[in-house]
Order: sequence, then C-alpha cells, then structure tokens
Amino acid sequence: MLTITGKPVYGAISIGPLALFHRNTISTAARTITDPEAEVQRFQSAREEAAAQLGQLYEKALETVGEEDAAIFEIHQMMLEDDEYIEGVESHIREEMLNAEAAVDRTAQELAAMFRGMDDEYMQGRAADVLDISRRVEQILSGGPAIDFSRYDQVILAADDLAPSETMQLDTKKILGFVLSGGSASSHTAILARNLGIATVVNTGTQIHTDLEGKMAVVDGFTGTVFLDPDEATLAAMQEKQKQAQAERERLENVRGKESVTQDGQKVLIYANAGNPADLPRVVASDAEGIGLFRSEFLYLENDDYPTEEQQFEAYKKALTAMEGKRVVIRTMDIGADKKADYFDLDPEENPAMGLRAIRICLTRPELFKTQLRALCRASVYGRLAIMFPMIISVEEVRKAKALLAEVMARLKNEGIPCAEQIETGIMIETPAAALVSDALAEEVDFFSLGTNDLTQYTLAIDRQQTKLDDFFDPHHPAVLRLIEMTAKNAHKAGIWVGICGELGADLSLTEAFLRMGIDELSVSVTSVLPLRDKVRSLNLKA
Amino acid sequence: MKTFTYAITDAAGIHARPAGLLVKEAKKFESKISVAKGARKADLKKLFAVMGLGVKQGEVITVDVEGADEEAAAAAVEAFLKANL
Repeated sequence: MLTITGKPVYGAISIGPLALFHRNTISTAARTITDPEAEVQRFQSAREEAAAQLGQLYEKALETVGEEDAAIFEIHQMMLEDDEYIEGVESHIREEMLNAEAAVDRTAQELAAMFRGMDDEYMQGRAADVLDISRRVEQILSGGPAIDFSRYDQVILAADDLAPSETMQLDTKKILGFVLSGGSASSHTAILARNLGIATVVNTGTQIHTDLEGKMAVVDGFTGTVFLDPDEATLAAMQEKQKQAQAERERLENVRGKESVTQDGQKVLIYANAGNPADLPRVVASDAEGIGLFRSEFLYLENDDYPTEEQQFEAYKKALTAMEGKRVVIRTMDIGADKKADYFDLDPEENPAMGLRAIRICLTRPELFKTQLRALCRASVYGRLAIMFPMIISVEEVRKAKALLAEVMARLKNEGIPCAEQIETGIMIETPAAALVSDALAEEVDFFSLGTNDLTQYTLAIDRQQTKLDDFFDPHHPAVLRLIEMTAKNAHKAGIWVGICGELGADLSLTEAFLRMGIDELSVSVTSVLPLRDKVRSLNLKA
Repeated sequence: MKTFTYAITDAAGIHARPAGLLVKEAKKFESKISVAKGARKADLKKLFAVMGLGVKQGEVITVDVEGADEEAAAAAVEAFLKANL
C-alpha cells in the first residue's frame, strides 16, 4: 500500500481502479519543408477543425455546466481566430520553411512566454490557454486520433492537472474520483469536481508510477488522503466510511425544502455565510433560507485600491438578485486586524485585534464608509437587504453609523436614485462590551447577530490563531454562553430578532441550548445547513 | 483620425472574454484601430496584443482610429467600452 496526501477538494470517499491520464504523444519536431503554401493550408484546415471542435465543446458545456464555466471555450475559439496567432504560425512556416506542427508549437511557446511574463496572476494563467488550443491544432495535424476519453470509465483518474477542454471531454459521470499531482483548490478541475460532487484530492506533489495503473485506489476527499493498492484493513475501513458518508448524505436530503422547526413547533431560520459573489451558487444549492453574513471584505482585499461605488453596487446587487427576495445580511467592511489591504495605509499596531478596525475605520473615515453605504442603498431595491455594522462597543457608534446611513439615503432620494424606503439595520455583537450593554443597543437597531469567534476571543482573552493556547481554549466556556443568553434576552425584550453567525452556530452540541435561549437565526457555512436543520427537526424542547 | 481616452472601470480589467468581444467589435470596421496604455500600443484587432497590454481597473487607455469609417468605428468602440469595461 502506498499513501499520498494532498489538498482535499470535495468531501466524499471513492474507491475504484486507478487510471493514469494519457495524452497522445504529439510530434512537434521541426522539419524543413519545400512547399510553404501547402503547409499554410494544412495549418489553416487544422485550425478550422480545432475551432469547430471548440464550438461543439462550448455547446456541450453550456448544457452541462452553464454559461460561466462554458465561457472558457468561447475564449479559446477567439484565440484561435487571432490574427497575431495565425500570422505568427504562418511566418514561421514561410520564413523558416518549418512544418506546421513545429510552427504552431513555437508560436504557442512565444505567446505563453509573453503571458507568463506579465505582472498579473490572471494573465499569467492564460499561458495554459494558449498551450491548450495549440495542442488541439497539433493533435489534428499529427493525424492521430484524439485522446480516447472513453477509456476512463468507472475509474479514479490520476493526472498532473487537467486542461478545461480535457475535463469537458471526460464523461464525468463515469469518473469516481480525481487525484492530481498539481493544481490548486481553486483550479478549474477543483471547481468542477466540487460542482459535480466528485471525491478529489489535488496538489499531492507525487507522480504516480505507471505500475499502479489498474490497481485499486481509495480517495478520501475529507482528509485529502489517497491510498494506492490499499491493504485489506484500510480498504474495509474506507468502504465503511464511504457507506456512512453516503447514507448520511442521503438521509440529510430528506430535510431539503423542509422547515427548520423543532418537534414542538419552535422555528429558527437557518441562513448561510458567504464571503464572495462566487459563493452564491453554492448558497442557493445549500437550501439556506437566506444569507446571515455576507462579508464585504473581498471587495477591499481583492483590489489594489478602494473599490468604487459601482463595483460594490454590482456585487451587492448580484447577491440580492441571486437570493430572490430572501433576506441578505451584508456586513459593512471589517478591515483591520488580520484582514489588511495596503492602500488603507494603516499603521502597524502592537495589538491589531484591538486596534483600528471595522466600524472604527468607517467612523474615522466617513467618506469611505459613505461610498459603501451608498452602494448598499442603491442595491437595496433588488431584494431584501439588511445592513450590519461590525465591532460595535457603544450606543454612540451605532447612532453615528445610522446617521451616516440616513444621510446617504436622503441624498439618494434628492438625486432621484431608487433606494428601499426602509432598510433593516443591525449590529454584530462580538465584543463583551456590546453584549453587556445589549439592552441599550437593542433600542437602536432591528437585529443583533452574535459573532461568536471574536466574542470568544475577547471574552477569554485567547488569541485563536495561537495554537499553543489550545489547551486553555474552551469554545463552550460558560462566560461566552452567558453573554449570548444575555444578548438574546435583551433583544427579545426590545422586540428585535437575534442570530448567531460565528462558528458556534453550526456546533450541533449547542443547538438545543441556543433554541432554548430563543435564538431566532443561525447562519452557518453552506455544508452545515442541512445537518443543522436535521438537528433542529430532531429536537423536542418540551420533552 | 479620431482619438479618445477611456478609464477602465471593470474590476478585472480587460480580461480575456471582454478583450475577445472588443476585438470582434473592432474587426467590423475597415479603419485601423489601435489602443495604447502609456507608451505601449497594440492593434485593437489583435486579441493577444490587447491582452498583452494587461490593462487593469482604473488605468486609462487611448484609442486611435483612422480610416474611411473612423467616425462609426470610434463611436462603436467607445460604446462597447462604456457598456462592458
């Protein structure tokens, strides 16, 4: 038995024979030709055929994976039609009397080198696209059959990495699992595997020897472990784990579309957390009843400069539209502490977790904050928006933030720009101070959301990044639970709703305690939605 | 000759797909169309050349159009940029 490890991409277990991905050998060896015009003709007809194949792939991808993932083939077609590409190949043929295969290869290498040399990660990645389209042309020129994808039937496929066109030609229903020596958790193959729900481990860094072809393999997509030629005990253990995972998934499907309600009739809203518009399809698929925490930091962290109002508006609109009228709680920027963007020019701090961050930056630099609020207000007409302010410690801060929001709304009204009449406004309760004055804070807002990660760190004075403190860290510390209970009581006294958006919300051992406190909403990661609903439905608080 | 400038607002800059569509738009016209970022210039009818400029959000490009249909070409390219980038 051989065990290799990599990054887990999709949590499932698959067991089956191992197949190594073979690419046809294409000869791009240079030869001197005598009739350049005939060679140009060969190239042109191969190029046209390649473009036609890509057109078919695009159509197929549109049906199977949707427009966003299919767009790559449209781009590939455009690349094949590029004058510079065509002229590059033709001039290698005419001027150097080179055969078409070698001319295509040289042009591809030149363009790939140009992309690799660019200072932008996205553009560097386009080198793979140029090589992918050229390989297709070379394949046709070589006259060899295309890769025999039908070979890969009910197998675990091992490869270095797969090009988008290769994954698309695979009949993915027949692939049990992927083991990639390269690739990253965000590579095209990883995204596809996640969408299709195929057990996948990437970036193992290990080339699998051809001797193992056809041998049994187990992919544990939960832990990122791959067992090649497993011994009997391992195989039996993994078969059991697979059976359990499968049974659990099927069982949880039973609560899809059902209400999150206990047996004695107490309801709770189960929402999902999202960190990026790219998460939206998974949120929708997770069966969440809304978004309880949409982090807006990505807009700031993925940029080299302050995001514009327009950019922000588009992102918020996308989230609201995707959720089709379900509540979307967008948290205003929580920059600072471990989430820093250079252009904010924040001074280095001794103690960043307690430094200039989140609402403190917003109130110090109101113009920056108003841009975000304006984008939020403009997006508010596209769905059910709720705005949430992070890191609050006092009533005064909430009043200031609300005053800025009112100012932005009034200004939009004056300008005749549409904005919802009423926007739900709430705050994060993530400091002991906020929990302790939650009675006063509740008079100011429409809802509370308990950020249990920070609340725990501040209450216990334990830095959670510091693994040496693990022995001292008790996520269920009574001090934290008392603050949560107190916050819930004060919220209900003032007639507002209260939720939990930190990791504790998904902790099934606390679900009953939270429901007893009357928590109205739990916002969790997409994979926790169904398990949590299942737990809620199993409880009987009156029993 | 017609010349205009445009500041890219799209967060991803001129990435592959809009670059392809932009080139497609430019190819509809006879005029010579070029795009420049700073001192670097590219033929707007060539996809790899346009992508090679690596134009990012906030950067200003200058478009030069010269030829029989320059009026219409400049208007179409500008409209495309405003709508998509």
